[in-house]
Parts: sequence; C-alpha cells; structure tokens
Amino acid sequence: MSELPGDLLYTKDHEWLRREDDGTVTVGITDHAATSLGDLVYVELPEVGQEVESDGEMAVVESVKAASDVYAPIAGTVVAVNEDLADDPEKINSEPYGEGWIVRLTPTDDIDESVLMSPDAYQQILDELDD
Amino acid sequence: MGLRTPLYDKHVAADARIVDFGGWDMPLHYGSQKEEHHAVRQNAGVFDVSHMTIVDLSGDKVREFLQQLVANDVARLKDYGKALYTCMLNPTGGVIDDLIIYFVADTQYRLIVNAATREKDLAWITERAVPFDVKVDERGELAMIAVQGPNARELAAPCIDAGWRDAALALKPFNGLQAGDIFVARTGYTGEDGWEIVLPAANAAATWDRLLGAGVAPCGLGARDTLRLEAAMNLYGSDMDESVSPLEAGLAWTVAWEPADRDFIGRQPMEKIRNSADKQRFVGLLLEDRGVLRNHQKVVVDGVGEGEITSGGFSPTLGRSIALARVPAGDYDRAQVEVRGKLLAVRIVKTPFVRNGKILIDV
Repeated sequence: MSELPGDLLYTKDHEWLRREDDGTVTVGITDHAATSLGDLVYVELPEVGQEVESDGEMAVVESVKAASDVYAPIAGTVVAVNEDLADDPEKINSEPYGEGWIVRLTPTDDIDESVLMSPDAYQQILDELDD
Repeated sequence: MGLRTPLYDKHVAADARIVDFGGWDMPLHYGSQKEEHHAVRQNAGVFDVSHMTIVDLSGDKVREFLQQLVANDVARLKDYGKALYTCMLNPTGGVIDDLIIYFVADTQYRLIVNAATREKDLAWITERAVPFDVKVDERGELAMIAVQGPNARELAAPCIDAGWRDAALALKPFNGLQAGDIFVARTGYTGEDGWEIVLPAANAAATWDRLLGAGVAPCGLGARDTLRLEAAMNLYGSDMDESVSPLEAGLAWTVAWEPADRDFIGRQPMEKIRNSADKQRFVGLLLEDRGVLRNHQKVVVDGVGEGEITSGGFSPTLGRSIALARVPAGDYDRAQVEVRGKLLAVRIVKTPFVRNGKILIDV
C-alpha cells in the first residue's frame, strides 16, 4: 500500500479532503477506496452551485463491479466538479489524490477537524482492515 | 475460509483479489479487470474454473436418462466428444441449472454444472437416475481451466501431450477429446475461441505456470462476467432461475421440441406458452446515456409495461454500458431504465454485443 499524502485529512468512508488556500475544500476518494472498487468506469457528479449536507450523498462512482456513493464530508456548496472524469474516470484509480479529485466545496461552516482524521489515524484504520 | 481450488496458492501469489463465489475463494481480478478483459479479446487469458462441478454419468440407459433429464436432446450428439448446451428443468418448466454435456462414449456422458448449484443439481440428478440404473460420479479430484482468446489455442498447445496436440488443434467448435489424462474441448464462456481443459488437480499448477510463461494473462471472475455479458451468454441465478423457463430467458434455441414424444421434465408446462404472443422478451440493451446499467434495475417501455435487467454492467470493449433484460411482449426497440430515480434512454439491440473480438451492434 502506497504512503498516504501528509497534507490531507481523511474520513472513515475512505474519502480525503484538501484545504485550499482560497478557503475551498477539494474532496476525493482514497487509494484504498479506488482499489477496492476496481477499475472506475463512470462518475456521476453534482451540479456546480448545489448545496450538500455533511454525510449527504454528493456523487456516485461506478466501477466495473459496483456503484458506490461518495458522501460529502462537510456541509458546503459545490464550486467545481472534475469534468475530466466524464471521459477518464480511471484517473481516480491512477491518481486518487491528484487528477482524480472529484468535487471542490465552499464550506458552509468552519471545518471541525476533530471529526476528520489525520493521515496517521487513517493509516491505523487501514492497518486494522488488513488484519 | 471457503473452498479452494488446486490453483488457490497461484492466485494468492499473483496478488489476486479473492472473493467468495458460491462458497469458493476465487480470484475476482489480479489488478485490473478491464485489462484482463482486453487480453482475452485481443490475445489470450486463462481462468481457473475448477470450482465448477464435473459429473460423469455411465450406464446402458444413460442416453434415455438424459433425454428425460434435460430440455435439449442428447440425440443431437452424433460424434464422440461433441458438446451440447442445455437447461435442466423442474416440473414447472423453471431452470434448475444450465450445463454442458459431452458425449464421451455410448454409455458415458460428462456434465459440467455450476458451482453455486452443485448440491441441488447432484441431489436432483442422483434421484432421477435411479430408475435408469445410471451411475452418478462427481469428479471433485479434477481441476478445470479455460484458456480463451484469439491466440489461446496456439499458446496453450504446448500444454497438450505431443501425441495429441494436432488432434486437439483440429477440434471444431463445441467438440472435445480425451488427450491422455486431460480432456480438452473447444468451448468457453467469453465469446472468443479457446479451450476448456479438464485435468488432474496435481497437474493444474504446472499447466497454469506454463500458460502464464507463454504470455497468457491470468483472468479473474470479474473479466469472465464482462466477457460473457458482451457475448450475451446467460448467467444462472441472474438471467434465469427456477421461476423462469428457457423460453423467457433467450434460451428457446436450447429446447428440442422434436421428437414430439420425448417427454422431458418441464416440457408440458412450456408447451402452453410455447407459441404464445404474450411471452416476455429477453433482449440486449445498450445505454445511450452515460452511466452503468445494473442487475434488477427497472426497464420502462412507454405504453407497454415494465421489465427488469437480469445482467447489467459496463462493456470494456464498447466503452458503454450494456445489459440483458426481460421485458414485456411487444414490438418496440426503445425503452428507458430507472437508474437512481432518473430514466435513462436505452436501445434494444440484437445480441451478442461482441463476438470474436468484433463489435456486432451499432454504437
């Protein structure tokens, strides 16, 4: 298993968040999630401007095997979606923390980092899954 | 821990993602299901199908027995080694299982049935065999691998004893032969050329290694499913089960109505719907929008009624989503499928979608 990027926060649903300098938050799914799903073949993205609730369904990623919901890790407004995924959903498999990003949000409230996980805490969850 | 085939350690060593399949620990893929799929369409791939159940039947009345047991007619098997695809029906015409029957000798046939239905199949066959004095012999000690793709036979030929190699390469589609201690048949479940090879478990690992060494890609059950879906080959438990007859599962071609006095199990109830115009259709669907069709999604036909997807997924060859579906009777070629509350447009297309590496539908 590859090393987790240290500048991201993680969720128990195997998603990641990056706090951008402009105050927005970029969201994607982790390498573990992408690998578990298998080759991604379709991503259903929200509309820009759509408001999402924390833990609400935000996008759907579909692999050759199954469909899986992507939940909003925080409440916010969608300010950008990764349109490139329409033609190349496998970017989520190849670069889950880079060009495989899914949605960018403007948070509704201050981000409560206590409900999110540090790379170390998330790594611990992954280690337990392997046991 | 589930049941394991003689190749289980090979799968683990190749970093396969192992999943439960009908009680067996089987490889889903070895990294990329799509790449495995393309390897079979373009070159050659090998599948461990040792979980499938091999049953040898023998006895003087074995032919009569099979003529009652299954909906297709083993009298169609004229030459030794010839294979027949058929369904085994219950008394109401529902499908207990689909299987391949090989004609081994006048008093011997080999059946290959599904792993997930093993117990009920064996119980059913054994009970029905009694009045015919037919011996039912499950061959659990044998392994089975399928090597499939345009180059599969050529790449696998060195695995056959030199004395049998030419004969094996000369096999016509749907024919097999006993070549020393292995049985090789030109059959498969991918829509490509290739062989299915039944061999002693002790030889399985060496044969597997040899195939991989020859450049044949190891392929898991995931690719097997997308390949068979493109080839529009039915999957038991998804496309048909005990509640549906072959006539409404696209398998009317496997039902032998002649001779009219062959009273196979399930014939009478099927006679009633045989020529009915109200029979449900079993069709191929091509999704015109983006998205992925999945099993059990609802098919809506305006002004006609509703049906259901029995097998849906993404076709790596087409780069589009396809499905098999049971839909209401009627003359129409467009429908919609309900996906997460939205209706997506689908076109009804003639199957198979893909065969021998070629796309056979308009996309």
